[in-house]
Amino acid sequence: MPRPKRIDMPPLLPDAFTRWFAGRGWAPRAHQLELLAKANEGRSALLIAPTGGGKTLAGFLPSLVELSSKTGPKSKKLVSTGSGIRREGGLHTLYISPLKALAVDIARNLEMPVNEMKLPIRLETRTGDTPTSKRLRQRRDPPDILLTTPEQLALLLASPDAPFLFGSLRRVVLDELHSLVLSKRGDLLSLGMARLFQLAPEMTTVGLSATVAVPEELCRFLVPQPMQGEAHADLVIAQAGAQPKVTMLNTTERLPWAGHSARHALSEIYDLIKQHKTTLLFVNTRSQAEFTFQSLWGINDDNLSIALHHGSLAVGQRRKVEDAMSAGKLRAVVCTSSLDLGVDWGDVDLVINIGAPKGSSRLMQRVGRSNHRYDEPSKAVLVPANRFEVLECRAAIDAVAENAQDTPPLRTGGLDVLCQHILGRAVGEPFLSDDLFAEIRSAAPYATLTRADFDDALDFVATGGYALKAYERFAKIRQGKDGKWRVTHPRVAQRYRMNIGTIVEADMLKVRMVRGRRGAGKTIQRGGRILGQVEEYFVEMLSIGDTFVFGGEILRYEGLVENEVYVTRSNATDPKVPAYEGGKFPLSTYLAARVRNILADPEAWRALPDQVREWLELQEWRSLLPPASDLLVETFPRGGNNYLVCYPFEGRLAHQTLGMLLTRRLERAGLRPLGFVANEYALAVWCLGDIDLRVSRRELSLNDLFAEDMLGDDLEEWLAESSLMKRTFRTCAIIAGLIERRFPGEEKSRRQLTISTDLVYDVLRKHQPDHILLRAARADAATGLLDIKRLSEMLSRVQGRIVHKSLDHVSPLSVPVMLEIGRETVYGEASDVLLAEAADELIKEAMV
Amino acid sequence: MTNYWTLRANHRRAATARAEVPAVPQTLEINLSGASLIADPSGALYWPEHGLLAVADLHLEKGSSYARHGQFLPPYDTAATLARLTRLIAHYAPRVVVALGDSFHDGGGPKRLLDSDRESLGALQRGREWIWITGNHDPEPAESIGGVFQETMQVGALTFRHLPTGTAYEVCGHLHPVARVSHRGRAVRRRCFAADETRMVMPAFGAFTGGLNVRDAAFADLFGTFAFTAHMLGDTRLFAFSAKRCLAD
Repeated sequence: MPRPKRIDMPPLLPDAFTRWFAGRGWAPRAHQLELLAKANEGRSALLIAPTGGGKTLAGFLPSLVELSSKTGPKSKKLVSTGSGIRREGGLHTLYISPLKALAVDIARNLEMPVNEMKLPIRLETRTGDTPTSKRLRQRRDPPDILLTTPEQLALLLASPDAPFLFGSLRRVVLDELHSLVLSKRGDLLSLGMARLFQLAPEMTTVGLSATVAVPEELCRFLVPQPMQGEAHADLVIAQAGAQPKVTMLNTTERLPWAGHSARHALSEIYDLIKQHKTTLLFVNTRSQAEFTFQSLWGINDDNLSIALHHGSLAVGQRRKVEDAMSAGKLRAVVCTSSLDLGVDWGDVDLVINIGAPKGSSRLMQRVGRSNHRYDEPSKAVLVPANRFEVLECRAAIDAVAENAQDTPPLRTGGLDVLCQHILGRAVGEPFLSDDLFAEIRSAAPYATLTRADFDDALDFVATGGYALKAYERFAKIRQGKDGKWRVTHPRVAQRYRMNIGTIVEADMLKVRMVRGRRGAGKTIQRGGRILGQVEEYFVEMLSIGDTFVFGGEILRYEGLVENEVYVTRSNATDPKVPAYEGGKFPLSTYLAARVRNILADPEAWRALPDQVREWLELQEWRSLLPPASDLLVETFPRGGNNYLVCYPFEGRLAHQTLGMLLTRRLERAGLRPLGFVANEYALAVWCLGDIDLRVSRRELSLNDLFAEDMLGDDLEEWLAESSLMKRTFRTCAIIAGLIERRFPGEEKSRRQLTISTDLVYDVLRKHQPDHILLRAARADAATGLLDIKRLSEMLSRVQGRIVHKSLDHVSPLSVPVMLEIGRETVYGEASDVLLAEAADELIKEAMV
Repeated sequence: MTNYWTLRANHRRAATARAEVPAVPQTLEINLSGASLIADPSGALYWPEHGLLAVADLHLEKGSSYARHGQFLPPYDTAATLARLTRLIAHYAPRVVVALGDSFHDGGGPKRLLDSDRESLGALQRGREWIWITGNHDPEPAESIGGVFQETMQVGALTFRHLPTGTAYEVCGHLHPVARVSHRGRAVRRRCFAADETRMVMPAFGAFTGGLNVRDAAFADLFGTFAFTAHMLGDTRLFAFSAKRCLAD
């Protein structure tokens, strides 16, 4: 069916639509009409709009208009018999959202205009929860509009009837694009889109996004990239809503030196909740969410309905909270980034951000979660939990006022995702490698993919990609006489479908509340309720009897039974194990630079609370405050040890890596380092040897100590044993399909059968250090858990700009990081040292 | 790639990296029913009196065994395991080598051996006795891998066999013991020898072999209670812990 030309149709909006808008007392917004015009011109477009700007409707409007003018009942005579069948109707618009709950909600919201205007449009969702019968029917008889997720798209594409299903596709709407492109899910999506453009060359795209730093990058994501140069979708920017009102809580309490709890400000936070209709309280980690929720209920004399929402809670429980919120039944929800995206709630009139905002764009997106009435300003209060966070909050408020964005740049597509996609393509339809390479290069994240990397990925999919060609006869895909690659066995396709997707959670274990404790001959009774999930590595730290906070309660660990963590309710007032990780974002490079500028500029201190200003003045007097581009290194003795504290402001992950590498160097220099601790702003290392003395005698140069070449051999050596690197490798191995995912139900047997990726890592690293999966893992480590890229940039920035201050004792600026000592000590991954200590302790015990 | 990776030179180990740990592996003498055995941190056992070196659960060709079913684990595990065995044999120069069963991951393993690995294996066997104890993964004798096949082997007072029977005076494998201890809030999990005065379960030696926690019921059944010692394998020495003190997974 040739696309009808509508360019010369004078009114963009058909009468039925105009009447519908008027009937609701609305007028179509400028950006909604502009998107309609772009669609009529056959252009792809990126819409940047604040929440509450009618963004979703804008995205769907062109499709609704086109589908509304469909004449006569849809011809449904043709039924799929394979590829190549062209027919009237068929799938018109595909909507893709990062959250399946969002897809379901959007479908519900769209039903309203469709039903009220009596449009002949069928819209359906397809998620992991959709019953098999419906899924089969959707392939045979697709709806006009299908709302789904990136993983489901990959599954649909990896099927022989994909050309039939998508041949009629006219438009793809990508929601929350700013969030999708940040992860490997975005890589997978981009590859799926490249395929869609092949199947439906006339298709256009619409991206919906919050404000980002470089919208042009998202515009590239939306259209196929040519072999030379770049192609962009058109950019449509909605009129900004009212400027949000963001303030910092001016606490009358004493500001803590360290910690993230904001315990000091709780009653002030509670008062704010009381004064507003509905409050969203964002925190940065799940443990903070747990703590805040519990503490607020501790002082909830008015019995306000305050709820908790984070990613580890059972899905049912989260849905309950979301529904209560939609129904306007809640006064406040304490949440993590689990609510950064999602359904709009009109009634939220205050956003409170506890702790550091971490990035200005993230903050603006969170602030935008309040007051979706668009023309009214959103209102947000920042509550810094310690003194450094005051600086960060100040920097963020200034950035919001300037509307300065700091979203990260577009990813370079992961090689592990590429491997998964190549297998999916073979499962779908045999391909020629040259064609596939060209198709993949048209996806923006893979626009710079080299042919060598592509060939390696293909080789990996076929036989594992080993220099030692041992597995030719077991190949998963093989080239036929026609030169096309195809899967060798139906089992390969089946396994591909079971292992699709790029989300590799840390192995999660269910938390089950049981009655009766272990010990004293009693056995645990089974069959309590499931509270949610925790990471396996958190459980590995626990001993039976340890207490920790979860789901708003203090729980006692009773043991691991099969793959469930058994817990009982505890009477303890303080949990013994304070935190488990999750949802911790590093400070953005942009905000970090702003914080350094504030520190270096006493004029800027005037905007800070008195307590903080006095603290900085004290630092200036006792030590010094470095220029914004320099790195301050302080050394001082304390309690028999010698401390080195530096302030790179590059986030905890980069600091941890720096700490690992610095201690290796200090060890080689004979300074006998004992430990280090890192926070978002600073790093403290302590040694038995006198660093200060060695520096003053010019035996040790700080410039050499911080030289960039620590990212050479030292890094390689550390990576060999780093558990963070092994975790990174595991993720790549699962995504690429080297290791299969674990499935519920078969966990117990597979735990023993599944090969440990750590062992694979060790062997591969020794025998083929340039294997594609190791390259993929290294690329991830550069920006992920090890943040090597950022460390590298920092080391290069401070070369020759290290300011050393030798002190007699602790400096005011170092207090926060010094307070972290003992709370979170990390030293090496050298488990032998730990074993030796444990063994020695045992001997001591035995001798007493 | 960005510069921080190109900076890395060849993988040389800095000799001074961990000064307090001696570079030469330290062995541990374990007395089993009067026999004086040397436990090596690599997971092997040497009996000087008989010039006998024992290793358990090599699981050679585990990588290719998985590859048959579409999981392309690196095909380097056999070479890696044999290389470690080569170093041990060079060090102890044993008269007899005993592989305590599950030497191959599956019955087809010997046929899949790469030529280079077959040659290394042949070189190791030259000039000494080589006993393949049969295991549950490799119950049948195989051709073209040299050595002698036996279900058990009696040396002095000790019996070497694959499956533990719980009787006294035996050295066996099969269970792949690992132990986990925690200290200062961090846990370490390592392969280990599990032994009391009369019995020993050896750690798995193969490069791709995982483990079973010594707190598993299988060990309590075998030793009666958790009254045995887990000799955990460190990089350069062994660390002894009472099994009672070890943690479950």
